[in-house]
Amino acid sequence: MKKKAKMNAVELTAKYIFTICAVLAIFAVCSITVYMIAKGTPALKSVGVLKLLFETEWKPTASEPAYGILYIILTSIVGTAASVLIGVPVGLLTAVFLTEVADKRLAAVVSPAVELLAAIPSVIYGLLGLMLLNPFMYKLEKIFFANSDTHQFTGGSNLISAIIVLAIMILPTVVNVSASSIQAVSPSLRAASLALGASKIQTIFKVTVPAAKSGIMTGVVLGIGRALGEAMAINMVAGGSVNLPLPFNSVRFLTTQLVSEMGYAEGIHRQVLFTVGLVLYIFIMIINLILQKLRKETDEDE
Amino acid sequence: MNEHTGISAGFRKNRVSDIILYILIYLSASLSVIILAAIIIYVFFKGIHSVNLSFLTSVTSVLKGTVGIAGNIVNTLIIIILTMIIATPVGVGAAIYLNEYAKPGKLVNLILFATETLSGIPSIIFGLFGMMFFGQTLGLGYSLLTGSLTLILMVLPLITRNTQEALKTVPESYRQGAVGLGAGKWYTIRTILLPSSMPGIITGVILAIGRIVGESAALLFTAGSAKALPKTIAGLFPKIFQSGGTMTVQLYLSATSEGDFDTAFGVAVVLLILVFLINLGTKKLAAKYDVTRKK
Repeated sequence: MKKKAKMNAVELTAKYIFTICAVLAIFAVCSITVYMIAKGTPALKSVGVLKLLFETEWKPTASEPAYGILYIILTSIVGTAASVLIGVPVGLLTAVFLTEVADKRLAAVVSPAVELLAAIPSVIYGLLGLMLLNPFMYKLEKIFFANSDTHQFTGGSNLISAIIVLAIMILPTVVNVSASSIQAVSPSLRAASLALGASKIQTIFKVTVPAAKSGIMTGVVLGIGRALGEAMAINMVAGGSVNLPLPFNSVRFLTTQLVSEMGYAEGIHRQVLFTVGLVLYIFIMIINLILQKLRKETDEDE
Repeated sequence: MNEHTGISAGFRKNRVSDIILYILIYLSASLSVIILAAIIIYVFFKGIHSVNLSFLTSVTSVLKGTVGIAGNIVNTLIIIILTMIIATPVGVGAAIYLNEYAKPGKLVNLILFATETLSGIPSIIFGLFGMMFFGQTLGLGYSLLTGSLTLILMVLPLITRNTQEALKTVPESYRQGAVGLGAGKWYTIRTILLPSSMPGIITGVILAIGRIVGESAALLFTAGSAKALPKTIAGLFPKIFQSGGTMTVQLYLSATSEGDFDTAFGVAVVLLILVFLINLGTKKLAAKYDVTRKK
Protein backbone atom coordinates (compact mmCIF):
# COMPACT_ATOMS: atom_id res chain seq x y z
CA MET A 1 0.00 0.00 0.00
CA LYS A 2 2.76 2.39 1.01
CA LYS A 3 4.73 1.59 -2.13
CA LYS A 4 1.75 2.43 -4.26
CA ALA A 5 1.29 5.81 -2.58
CA LYS A 6 4.93 6.59 -3.21
CA MET A 7 4.59 5.61 -6.83
CA ASN A 8 1.60 7.86 -7.21
CA ALA A 9 3.55 10.75 -5.77
CA VAL A 10 6.34 10.18 -8.27
CA GLU A 11 3.87 9.89 -11.13
CA LEU A 12 2.13 13.11 -10.10
CA THR A 13 5.38 15.03 -9.69
CA ALA A 14 6.52 13.89 -13.14
CA LYS A 15 3.24 15.00 -14.64
CA TYR A 16 3.41 18.42 -12.99
CA ILE A 17 7.00 18.99 -14.07
CA PHE A 18 6.20 18.12 -17.69
CA THR A 19 3.16 20.38 -17.61
CA ILE A 20 5.26 23.28 -16.33
CA CYS A 21 7.81 22.69 -19.11
CA ALA A 22 5.05 22.88 -21.70
CA VAL A 23 3.32 25.91 -20.22
CA LEU A 24 6.65 27.79 -20.20
CA ALA A 25 6.22 28.52 -23.93
CA ILE A 26 2.92 30.33 -23.22
CA PHE A 27 4.57 32.20 -20.39
CA ALA A 28 7.47 33.24 -22.63
CA VAL A 29 5.25 34.54 -25.43
CA CYS A 30 3.09 36.45 -22.92
CA SER A 31 6.06 38.10 -21.20
CA ILE A 32 7.67 39.05 -24.51
CA THR A 33 4.39 40.61 -25.67
CA VAL A 34 3.85 42.46 -22.39
CA TYR A 35 7.42 43.80 -22.38
CA MET A 36 7.32 44.89 -26.01
CA ILE A 37 4.09 46.80 -25.41
CA ALA A 38 5.12 48.24 -22.05
CA LYS A 39 8.46 49.51 -23.40
CA GLY A 40 7.24 50.43 -26.86
CA THR A 41 4.28 52.65 -26.03
CA PRO A 42 5.77 55.43 -23.80
CA ALA A 43 7.43 57.09 -26.81
CA LEU A 44 4.06 57.22 -28.56
CA LYS A 45 2.97 59.53 -25.76
CA SER A 46 6.13 61.57 -25.26
CA VAL A 47 6.76 62.15 -28.97
CA GLY A 48 3.21 61.85 -30.26
CA VAL A 49 1.76 59.09 -32.43
CA LEU A 50 1.59 61.17 -35.60
CA LYS A 51 5.02 62.75 -35.19
CA LEU A 52 6.55 59.34 -34.56
CA LEU A 53 4.87 57.10 -37.09
CA PHE A 54 4.08 59.48 -39.94
CA GLU A 55 6.98 61.91 -39.99
CA THR A 56 10.06 61.18 -42.05
CA GLU A 57 12.79 63.17 -40.33
CA TRP A 58 15.09 61.20 -38.04
CA LYS A 59 17.44 63.36 -35.95
CA PRO A 60 17.57 61.73 -32.53
CA THR A 61 20.69 63.50 -31.31
CA ALA A 62 20.07 67.00 -32.71
CA SER A 63 19.37 69.90 -30.35
CA GLU A 64 15.81 69.90 -31.65
CA PRO A 65 15.37 66.18 -32.10
CA ALA A 66 12.97 64.63 -34.62
CA TYR A 67 11.86 61.04 -34.32
CA GLY A 68 9.93 60.25 -37.50
CA ILE A 69 10.23 56.56 -38.39
CA LEU A 70 8.01 56.44 -41.50
CA TYR A 71 10.98 55.92 -43.87
CA ILE A 72 12.25 53.10 -41.66
CA ILE A 73 8.88 51.34 -41.76
CA LEU A 74 8.63 51.87 -45.53
CA THR A 75 12.16 50.52 -46.04
CA SER A 76 11.30 47.34 -44.17
CA ILE A 77 8.15 46.86 -46.25
CA VAL A 78 9.77 47.65 -49.61
CA GLY A 79 12.93 45.66 -48.86
CA THR A 80 10.98 42.62 -47.72
CA ALA A 81 8.57 42.77 -50.66
CA ALA A 82 11.35 43.08 -53.22
CA SER A 83 13.43 40.27 -51.74
CA VAL A 84 10.36 38.02 -51.71
CA LEU A 85 9.61 38.93 -55.33
CA ILE A 86 13.10 37.74 -56.28
CA GLY A 87 13.50 34.89 -53.82
CA VAL A 88 10.13 33.19 -54.28
CA PRO A 89 10.25 32.52 -58.07
CA VAL A 90 13.83 31.26 -57.84
CA GLY A 91 12.99 29.19 -54.77
CA LEU A 92 9.83 27.74 -56.32
CA LEU A 93 11.64 26.79 -59.53
CA THR A 94 14.41 25.18 -57.47
CA ALA A 95 11.77 23.21 -55.56
CA VAL A 96 10.24 22.11 -58.89
CA PHE A 97 13.71 21.07 -60.03
CA LEU A 98 14.32 19.01 -56.92
CA THR A 99 10.95 17.25 -56.89
CA GLU A 100 9.92 16.96 -60.55
CA VAL A 101 12.83 17.48 -62.92
CA ALA A 102 16.16 16.42 -61.43
CA ASP A 103 17.45 12.87 -61.48
CA LYS A 104 18.88 11.53 -58.25
CA ARG A 105 22.44 12.54 -59.04
CA LEU A 106 21.65 16.20 -59.67
CA ALA A 107 19.27 16.42 -56.71
CA ALA A 108 22.06 15.03 -54.53
CA VAL A 109 24.11 18.11 -55.42
CA VAL A 110 21.44 20.81 -55.24
CA SER A 111 19.58 19.64 -52.15
CA PRO A 112 22.58 19.71 -49.76
CA ALA A 113 23.64 23.04 -51.25
CA VAL A 114 20.28 24.53 -50.28
CA GLU A 115 20.55 23.04 -46.79
CA LEU A 116 24.02 24.47 -46.29
CA LEU A 117 22.88 27.91 -47.47
CA ALA A 118 20.33 27.80 -44.64
CA ALA A 119 23.04 26.89 -42.14
CA ILE A 120 25.42 29.75 -42.94
CA PRO A 121 25.36 32.40 -40.16
CA SER A 122 23.87 35.72 -41.18
CA VAL A 123 27.02 37.67 -40.30
CA ILE A 124 28.86 35.74 -43.02
CA TYR A 125 26.25 36.83 -45.58
CA GLY A 126 26.76 40.36 -44.31
CA LEU A 127 30.54 40.11 -44.58
CA LEU A 128 30.36 38.86 -48.16
CA GLY A 129 27.79 41.50 -49.09
CA LEU A 130 30.13 44.12 -47.68
CA MET A 131 33.15 42.82 -49.59
CA LEU A 132 31.56 41.78 -52.90
CA LEU A 133 28.17 43.45 -53.43
CA ASN A 134 28.91 46.93 -52.12
CA PRO A 135 31.97 47.62 -54.32
CA PHE A 136 29.98 46.40 -57.35
CA MET A 137 27.07 48.64 -56.43
CA TYR A 138 29.44 51.57 -56.02
CA LYS A 139 30.61 51.06 -59.61
CA LEU A 140 27.01 51.07 -60.83
CA GLU A 141 26.28 54.10 -58.70
CA LYS A 142 29.15 56.03 -60.27
CA ILE A 143 27.83 55.23 -63.74
CA PHE A 144 24.16 56.01 -63.04
CA PHE A 145 24.62 59.16 -61.04
CA ALA A 146 27.65 60.60 -62.83
CA ASN A 147 25.80 63.77 -63.75
CA SER A 148 23.53 64.04 -60.72
CA ASP A 149 23.92 66.94 -58.33
CA THR A 150 21.42 65.73 -55.77
CA HIS A 151 22.46 62.11 -55.26
CA GLN A 152 24.33 61.35 -52.07
CA PHE A 153 26.99 58.76 -52.85
CA THR A 154 26.86 55.78 -50.52
CA GLY A 155 29.91 53.78 -51.51
CA GLY A 156 27.57 51.00 -52.57
CA SER A 157 25.84 50.47 -49.22
CA ASN A 158 22.29 50.64 -50.47
CA LEU A 159 18.83 49.12 -50.62
CA ILE A 160 19.61 46.85 -53.60
CA SER A 161 22.52 45.22 -51.76
CA ALA A 162 20.23 44.51 -48.82
CA ILE A 163 17.50 43.12 -51.09
CA ILE A 164 19.93 40.74 -52.82
CA VAL A 165 21.29 39.49 -49.49
CA LEU A 166 17.75 39.00 -48.16
CA ALA A 167 16.63 37.19 -51.31
CA ILE A 168 19.50 34.70 -50.94
CA MET A 169 18.79 34.25 -47.23
CA ILE A 170 15.10 33.40 -47.69
CA LEU A 171 15.79 31.03 -50.60
CA PRO A 172 16.30 27.86 -48.48
CA THR A 173 13.06 28.46 -46.56
CA VAL A 174 11.03 28.83 -49.76
CA VAL A 175 12.71 25.84 -51.42
CA ASN A 176 12.26 23.46 -48.49
CA VAL A 177 8.63 24.26 -47.72
CA SER A 178 7.60 24.34 -51.40
CA ALA A 179 9.45 21.11 -52.17
CA SER A 180 7.76 19.19 -49.40
CA SER A 181 4.32 20.45 -50.38
CA ILE A 182 4.91 19.62 -54.08
CA GLN A 183 6.06 16.16 -53.00
CA ALA A 184 2.81 15.69 -51.10
CA VAL A 185 0.71 16.16 -54.26
CA SER A 186 -0.93 12.86 -55.17
CA PRO A 187 0.86 11.07 -58.06
CA SER A 188 -2.51 10.24 -59.61
CA LEU A 189 -3.04 13.93 -60.41
CA ARG A 190 0.22 14.01 -62.35
CA ALA A 191 -0.57 10.72 -64.06
CA ALA A 192 -4.01 11.96 -65.11
CA SER A 193 -2.56 15.14 -66.57
CA LEU A 194 0.17 13.30 -68.47
CA ALA A 195 -2.37 10.76 -69.74
CA LEU A 196 -4.49 13.60 -71.14
CA GLY A 197 -1.52 14.56 -73.28
CA ALA A 198 -0.15 17.48 -71.30
CA SER A 199 3.61 17.88 -71.45
CA LYS A 200 5.65 17.50 -68.33
CA ILE A 201 6.11 21.25 -67.96
CA GLN A 202 2.39 21.83 -68.45
CA THR A 203 1.65 19.22 -65.82
CA ILE A 204 4.06 20.83 -63.38
CA PHE A 205 2.79 24.38 -63.75
CA LYS A 206 -0.90 23.74 -64.45
CA VAL A 207 -1.54 20.77 -62.16
CA THR A 208 1.15 19.99 -59.60
CA VAL A 209 2.11 23.49 -58.47
CA PRO A 210 -1.51 24.74 -58.21
CA ALA A 211 -2.35 21.65 -56.18
CA ALA A 212 0.48 22.49 -53.78
CA LYS A 213 -0.66 26.12 -53.57
CA SER A 214 -1.39 26.39 -49.86
CA GLY A 215 1.91 24.73 -48.93
CA ILE A 216 3.81 27.06 -51.24
CA MET A 217 1.99 30.04 -49.71
CA THR A 218 3.20 28.86 -46.31
CA GLY A 219 6.75 28.96 -47.66
CA VAL A 220 6.23 32.46 -49.01
CA VAL A 221 4.86 33.77 -45.71
CA LEU A 222 7.70 32.09 -43.79
CA GLY A 223 10.09 33.82 -46.20
CA ILE A 224 8.42 37.17 -45.55
CA GLY A 225 8.84 36.62 -41.82
CA ARG A 226 12.51 35.75 -42.21
CA ALA A 227 13.23 38.75 -44.41
CA LEU A 228 11.38 41.11 -42.09
CA GLY A 229 13.28 39.87 -39.03
CA GLU A 230 16.78 39.65 -40.49
CA ALA A 231 19.06 42.17 -38.84
CA MET A 232 22.81 41.62 -38.84
CA ALA A 233 23.47 40.78 -42.49
CA ILE A 234 21.55 43.72 -43.91
CA ASN A 235 22.92 46.05 -41.27
CA MET A 236 26.33 45.43 -42.78
CA VAL A 237 25.32 46.15 -46.39
CA ALA A 238 22.46 48.67 -46.31
CA GLY A 239 24.33 51.74 -45.15
CA GLY A 240 23.34 53.81 -42.17
CA SER A 241 21.13 56.76 -42.97
CA VAL A 242 17.37 57.03 -42.73
CA ASN A 243 16.18 57.60 -46.28
CA LEU A 244 13.32 57.00 -48.66
CA PRO A 245 13.69 53.37 -49.85
CA LEU A 246 15.01 54.04 -53.35
CA PRO A 247 17.35 51.45 -54.90
CA PHE A 248 20.58 53.40 -54.59
CA ASN A 249 19.83 55.10 -51.27
CA SER A 250 21.55 54.23 -48.05
CA VAL A 251 18.67 52.98 -45.88
CA ARG A 252 17.66 51.83 -42.41
CA PHE A 253 15.34 48.87 -41.77
CA LEU A 254 13.35 48.41 -38.54
CA THR A 255 15.84 45.72 -37.52
CA THR A 256 19.01 47.57 -38.50
CA GLN A 257 17.80 50.65 -36.69
CA LEU A 258 17.76 48.60 -33.49
CA VAL A 259 21.13 46.94 -34.11
CA SER A 260 23.01 50.13 -34.86
CA GLU A 261 21.56 52.53 -32.28
CA MET A 262 20.46 50.42 -29.29
CA GLY A 263 24.02 50.34 -27.99
CA TYR A 264 24.27 54.07 -27.25
CA ALA A 265 20.71 55.49 -27.30
CA GLU A 266 19.42 57.21 -24.18
CA GLY A 267 16.25 58.90 -22.96
CA ILE A 268 13.54 59.50 -25.53
CA HIS A 269 15.79 58.19 -28.31
CA ARG A 270 15.91 54.83 -26.50
CA GLN A 271 12.12 54.88 -25.97
CA VAL A 272 11.62 55.47 -29.69
CA LEU A 273 13.87 52.53 -30.52
CA PHE A 274 11.63 50.34 -28.35
CA THR A 275 8.69 51.62 -30.39
CA VAL A 276 10.58 50.58 -33.53
CA GLY A 277 10.87 47.14 -31.90
CA LEU A 278 7.15 47.14 -31.15
CA VAL A 279 6.28 48.00 -34.78
CA LEU A 280 8.48 45.10 -35.93
CA TYR A 281 6.87 42.81 -33.34
CA ILE A 282 3.38 43.71 -34.57
CA PHE A 283 4.38 42.97 -38.18
CA ILE A 284 5.84 39.62 -37.11
CA MET A 285 2.73 38.74 -35.09
CA ILE A 286 0.51 39.43 -38.10
CA ILE A 287 2.75 37.18 -40.23
CA ASN A 288 2.58 34.49 -37.52
CA LEU A 289 -1.22 34.59 -37.42
CA ILE A 290 -1.46 34.31 -41.22
CA LEU A 291 1.00 31.41 -41.05
CA GLN A 292 -0.98 29.49 -38.47
CA LYS A 293 -4.16 29.99 -40.47
CA LEU A 294 -2.43 28.72 -43.63
CA ARG A 295 -1.09 25.69 -41.77
CA LYS A 296 -4.57 24.83 -40.58
CA GLU A 297 -5.87 25.06 -44.15
CA THR A 298 -3.04 22.83 -45.40
CA ASP A 299 -3.84 20.28 -42.70
CA GLU A 300 -7.49 20.29 -43.70
CA ASP A 301 -6.58 19.83 -47.35
CA GLU A 302 -4.62 16.68 -46.60
CA MET B 1 10.60 9.94 -67.90
CA ASN B 2 12.80 12.29 -69.92
CA GLU B 3 12.21 10.38 -73.13
CA HIS B 4 8.52 10.59 -72.61
CA THR B 5 8.70 14.35 -72.14
CA GLY B 6 10.65 14.70 -75.35
CA ILE B 7 8.01 12.86 -77.34
CA SER B 8 4.99 14.57 -75.87
CA ALA B 9 6.66 17.96 -76.03
CA GLY B 10 7.23 17.33 -79.70
CA PHE B 11 3.48 17.38 -80.35
CA ARG B 12 2.75 20.47 -78.30
CA LYS B 13 2.55 23.82 -79.96
CA ASN B 14 3.93 25.67 -76.89
CA ARG B 15 7.21 23.84 -77.10
CA VAL B 16 9.22 27.04 -76.92
CA SER B 17 7.69 28.05 -73.61
CA ASP B 18 8.44 24.56 -72.30
CA ILE B 19 12.08 24.96 -73.21
CA ILE B 20 12.24 28.43 -71.68
CA LEU B 21 10.74 27.11 -68.44
CA TYR B 22 13.23 24.22 -68.39
CA ILE B 23 16.06 26.71 -68.79
CA LEU B 24 14.67 28.85 -65.96
CA ILE B 25 14.31 25.80 -63.71
CA TYR B 26 17.90 24.70 -64.33
CA LEU B 27 19.18 28.25 -63.86
CA SER B 28 17.34 28.66 -60.54
CA ALA B 29 18.57 25.33 -59.25
CA SER B 30 22.16 26.02 -60.26
CA LEU B 31 22.00 29.41 -58.54
CA SER B 32 21.95 27.86 -55.05
CA VAL B 33 24.96 25.68 -55.91
CA ILE B 34 26.86 28.58 -57.47
CA ILE B 35 26.17 30.91 -54.53
CA LEU B 36 27.24 28.28 -52.01
CA ALA B 37 30.40 27.46 -53.95
CA ALA B 38 31.21 31.16 -54.29
CA ILE B 39 30.75 31.74 -50.56
CA ILE B 40 32.95 28.79 -49.59
CA ILE B 41 35.71 29.58 -52.08
CA TYR B 42 35.77 33.30 -51.31
CA VAL B 43 35.71 32.89 -47.52
CA PHE B 44 38.47 30.26 -47.55
CA PHE B 45 40.53 32.22 -50.06
CA LYS B 46 40.38 35.37 -47.92
CA GLY B 47 40.45 33.80 -44.49
CA ILE B 48 42.47 30.61 -44.45
CA HIS B 49 45.81 32.44 -44.04
CA SER B 50 44.58 34.01 -40.77
CA VAL B 51 43.66 30.66 -39.26
CA ASN B 52 46.51 28.96 -37.46
CA LEU B 53 47.19 27.59 -34.01
CA SER B 54 47.89 30.95 -32.39
CA PHE B 55 44.70 32.42 -33.95
CA LEU B 56 42.70 29.72 -32.19
CA THR B 57 44.56 29.73 -28.89
CA SER B 58 45.36 33.38 -28.14
CA VAL B 59 43.45 36.58 -27.54
CA THR B 60 43.87 39.69 -29.67
CA SER B 61 46.15 42.04 -27.75
CA VAL B 62 48.07 45.07 -28.94
CA LEU B 63 50.49 44.74 -26.02
CA LYS B 64 51.50 41.18 -26.79
CA GLY B 65 51.07 41.68 -30.52
CA THR B 66 48.83 38.63 -30.84
CA VAL B 67 45.71 38.16 -32.95
CA GLY B 68 43.33 35.45 -31.85
CA ILE B 69 39.82 34.42 -31.00
CA ALA B 70 40.36 32.02 -28.10
CA GLY B 71 38.22 34.18 -25.84
CA ASN B 72 35.37 34.18 -28.33
CA ILE B 73 35.60 30.41 -28.76
CA VAL B 74 35.39 29.92 -24.98
CA ASN B 75 32.44 32.35 -24.76
CA THR B 76 30.63 30.46 -27.53
CA LEU B 77 31.20 27.16 -25.72
CA ILE B 78 29.99 28.53 -22.37
CA ILE B 79 26.84 29.91 -23.99
CA ILE B 80 26.16 26.61 -25.77
CA ILE B 81 26.56 24.62 -22.55
CA LEU B 82 24.50 27.00 -20.37
CA THR B 83 21.72 27.20 -22.93
CA MET B 84 21.48 23.50 -23.67
CA ILE B 85 21.65 22.43 -19.99
CA ILE B 86 18.34 24.21 -19.44
CA ALA B 87 16.73 24.15 -22.88
CA THR B 88 17.14 20.40 -23.44
CA PRO B 89 15.24 19.10 -20.39
CA VAL B 90 12.56 21.79 -20.66
CA GLY B 91 12.07 21.27 -24.39
CA VAL B 92 11.95 17.50 -24.04
CA GLY B 93 9.63 17.82 -21.05
CA ALA B 94 7.26 20.00 -23.02
CA ALA B 95 7.21 17.47 -25.86
CA ILE B 96 6.52 14.64 -23.40
CA TYR B 97 3.61 16.59 -21.94
CA LEU B 98 2.17 17.33 -25.38
CA ASN B 99 2.51 13.78 -26.68
CA GLU B 100 2.00 11.59 -23.62
CA TYR B 101 -0.09 13.47 -21.07
CA ALA B 102 -2.14 16.17 -22.70
CA LYS B 103 -5.65 15.57 -23.95
CA PRO B 104 -6.63 17.63 -26.99
CA GLY B 105 -8.21 20.86 -25.82
CA LYS B 106 -7.71 24.54 -25.22
CA LEU B 107 -4.50 24.23 -23.20
CA VAL B 108 -2.77 22.08 -25.81
CA ASN B 109 -3.84 24.40 -28.62
CA LEU B 110 -2.53 27.34 -26.63
CA ILE B 111 0.82 25.62 -25.99
CA LEU B 112 1.16 24.67 -29.67
CA PHE B 113 0.25 28.21 -30.69
CA ALA B 114 2.82 29.66 -28.28
CA THR B 115 5.53 27.28 -29.50
CA GLU B 116 4.82 28.17 -33.14
CA THR B 117 4.85 31.86 -32.28
CA LEU B 118 8.17 31.55 -30.42
CA SER B 119 9.77 29.89 -33.44
CA GLY B 120 8.55 32.76 -35.65
CA ILE B 121 9.94 35.59 -33.54
CA PRO B 122 13.13 37.03 -35.07
CA SER B 123 16.30 36.94 -33.02
CA ILE B 124 16.60 40.72 -32.76
CA ILE B 125 13.31 40.75 -30.79
CA PHE B 126 14.63 38.02 -28.49
CA GLY B 127 17.71 40.18 -28.04
CA LEU B 128 15.61 43.20 -27.15
CA PHE B 129 13.48 41.23 -24.70
CA GLY B 130 16.54 39.53 -23.17
CA MET B 131 18.21 42.89 -22.65
CA MET B 132 15.10 44.35 -20.98
CA PHE B 133 14.01 41.36 -18.91
CA PHE B 134 17.13 39.37 -17.98
CA GLY B 135 19.57 42.25 -18.32
CA GLN B 136 17.66 45.09 -16.66
CA THR B 137 14.68 43.73 -14.71
CA LEU B 138 16.61 40.78 -13.27
CA GLY B 139 19.79 42.87 -13.09
CA LEU B 140 22.07 40.42 -14.89
CA GLY B 141 23.42 43.14 -17.19
CA TYR B 142 25.50 42.25 -20.23
CA SER B 143 26.61 38.73 -19.40
CA LEU B 144 26.96 35.26 -20.82
CA LEU B 145 24.11 34.22 -18.52
CA THR B 146 21.78 36.89 -19.94
CA GLY B 147 22.70 35.71 -23.44
CA SER B 148 22.07 32.07 -22.57
CA LEU B 149 18.71 32.73 -20.91
CA THR B 150 17.66 34.64 -24.03
CA LEU B 151 18.79 31.84 -26.34
CA ILE B 152 16.89 29.25 -24.28
CA LEU B 153 13.62 30.85 -25.37
CA MET B 154 14.85 30.86 -28.94
CA VAL B 155 15.90 27.20 -29.24
CA LEU B 156 13.10 25.74 -27.10
CA PRO B 157 10.65 25.25 -30.01
CA LEU B 158 13.36 23.47 -32.01
CA ILE B 159 13.93 20.86 -29.31
CA THR B 160 10.25 20.46 -28.49
CA ARG B 161 9.33 19.90 -32.13
CA ASN B 162 12.10 17.38 -32.83
CA THR B 163 11.32 15.43 -29.65
CA GLN B 164 7.62 15.41 -30.53
CA GLU B 165 8.37 14.02 -33.98
CA ALA B 166 10.55 11.33 -32.41
CA LEU B 167 7.91 10.41 -29.80
CA LYS B 168 5.31 10.10 -32.55
CA THR B 169 7.38 7.40 -34.27
CA VAL B 170 7.50 5.19 -31.15
CA PRO B 171 4.90 2.49 -31.86
CA GLU B 172 1.74 2.60 -29.75
CA SER B 173 2.28 -1.09 -28.92
CA TYR B 174 5.36 -0.18 -26.84
CA ARG B 175 3.20 1.98 -24.60
CA GLN B 176 0.44 -0.61 -24.37
CA GLY B 177 2.99 -3.32 -23.61
CA ALA B 178 4.46 -1.29 -20.77
CA VAL B 179 1.04 -0.53 -19.30
CA GLY B 180 0.10 -4.20 -19.64
CA LEU B 181 3.17 -5.17 -17.62
CA GLY B 182 2.08 -2.78 -14.88
CA ALA B 183 4.54 0.03 -15.53
CA GLY B 184 3.51 3.54 -14.54
CA LYS B 185 3.57 6.38 -17.03
CA TRP B 186 6.77 7.95 -15.72
CA TYR B 187 8.46 4.54 -15.67
CA THR B 188 7.38 3.96 -19.28
CA ILE B 189 8.67 7.35 -20.34
CA ARG B 190 11.99 6.88 -18.58
CA THR B 191 12.75 3.35 -19.70
CA ILE B 192 11.01 3.02 -23.05
CA LEU B 193 9.92 6.27 -24.69
CA LEU B 194 12.98 8.41 -24.00
CA PRO B 195 15.53 5.79 -25.11
CA SER B 196 13.58 5.04 -28.29
CA SER B 197 13.30 8.69 -29.20
CA MET B 198 16.92 9.54 -28.34
CA PRO B 199 18.09 10.03 -31.96
CA GLY B 200 15.32 12.60 -32.51
CA ILE B 201 16.20 14.40 -29.29
CA ILE B 202 19.90 14.47 -30.19
CA THR B 203 19.05 15.81 -33.66
CA GLY B 204 17.10 18.63 -32.00
CA VAL B 205 20.01 19.38 -29.68
CA ILE B 206 22.54 19.48 -32.53
CA LEU B 207 20.26 21.74 -34.58
CA ALA B 208 19.90 24.03 -31.57
CA ILE B 209 23.69 24.16 -31.13
CA GLY B 210 23.95 25.08 -34.80
CA ARG B 211 21.56 27.96 -34.27
CA ILE B 212 23.50 29.18 -31.25
CA VAL B 213 26.79 29.06 -33.15
CA GLY B 214 25.32 31.18 -35.95
CA GLU B 215 23.37 33.57 -33.74
CA SER B 216 24.41 37.18 -33.42
CA ALA B 217 21.48 39.60 -33.24
CA ALA B 218 20.10 38.08 -30.02
CA LEU B 219 23.51 38.18 -28.35
CA LEU B 220 24.79 41.65 -29.23
CA PHE B 221 22.67 43.37 -26.54
CA THR B 222 22.54 40.51 -24.05
CA ALA B 223 25.96 38.89 -23.88
CA GLY B 224 27.94 41.87 -25.09
CA SER B 225 31.27 41.69 -26.87
CA ALA B 226 34.15 41.22 -24.41
CA LYS B 227 36.83 38.85 -25.64
CA ALA B 228 39.09 38.33 -22.62
CA LEU B 229 40.01 34.79 -21.70
CA PRO B 230 39.66 33.70 -18.06
CA LYS B 231 43.14 33.16 -16.59
CA THR B 232 42.36 29.91 -14.81
CA ILE B 233 39.82 27.11 -15.10
CA ALA B 234 38.24 28.39 -11.87
CA GLY B 235 37.83 31.73 -13.62
CA LEU B 236 35.27 30.13 -15.94
CA PHE B 237 32.49 30.31 -13.38
CA PRO B 238 32.54 34.06 -12.63
CA LYS B 239 32.85 34.51 -16.40
CA ILE B 240 29.18 33.55 -16.62
CA PHE B 241 28.23 36.85 -15.01
CA GLN B 242 30.52 38.88 -17.22
CA SER B 243 30.14 40.17 -20.74
CA GLY B 244 31.46 37.97 -23.53
CA GLY B 245 31.18 38.03 -27.31
CA THR B 246 30.72 34.83 -29.31
CA MET B 247 32.52 34.19 -32.59
CA THR B 248 29.70 35.64 -34.70
CA VAL B 249 29.57 38.82 -32.63
CA GLN B 250 33.35 39.14 -33.01
CA LEU B 251 33.01 38.68 -36.78
CA TYR B 252 30.42 41.43 -36.89
CA LEU B 253 32.53 43.85 -34.85
CA SER B 254 35.71 43.01 -36.79
CA ALA B 255 33.97 43.68 -40.09
CA THR B 256 32.25 46.89 -38.99
CA SER B 257 33.55 49.06 -36.16
CA GLU B 258 37.03 47.51 -35.91
CA GLY B 259 37.62 47.26 -39.65
CA ASP B 260 39.86 44.21 -39.18
CA PHE B 261 38.91 42.04 -42.15
CA ASP B 262 41.68 39.47 -41.61
CA THR B 263 40.13 38.51 -38.28
CA ALA B 264 36.62 38.69 -39.75
CA PHE B 265 37.45 36.23 -42.53
CA GLY B 266 39.41 34.04 -40.12
CA VAL B 267 36.34 33.74 -37.89
CA ALA B 268 34.19 33.16 -40.98
CA VAL B 269 36.37 30.16 -41.96
CA VAL B 270 36.06 28.66 -38.48
CA LEU B 271 32.28 29.27 -38.44
CA LEU B 272 31.76 27.74 -41.88
CA ILE B 273 33.69 24.60 -40.90
CA LEU B 274 31.66 24.35 -37.67
CA VAL B 275 28.21 24.75 -39.25
CA PHE B 276 29.08 22.30 -42.04
CA LEU B 277 30.21 19.73 -39.47
CA ILE B 278 26.99 20.26 -37.50
CA ASN B 279 24.95 19.84 -40.68
CA LEU B 280 26.83 16.64 -41.50
CA GLY B 281 26.22 15.36 -37.96
CA THR B 282 22.45 15.82 -38.11
CA LYS B 283 22.38 14.15 -41.54
CA LYS B 284 24.35 11.13 -40.37
CA LEU B 285 22.06 10.84 -37.39
CA ALA B 286 18.91 11.12 -39.47
CA ALA B 287 20.19 8.42 -41.84
CA LYS B 288 20.95 6.12 -38.94
CA TYR B 289 17.56 6.81 -37.47
CA ASP B 290 15.86 5.84 -40.74
CA VAL B 291 17.65 2.48 -40.81
CA THR B 292 16.58 1.57 -37.29
CA ARG B 293 13.03 2.47 -38.19
CA LYS B 294 13.03 0.20 -41.23
CA LYS B 295 14.10 -2.75 -39.09
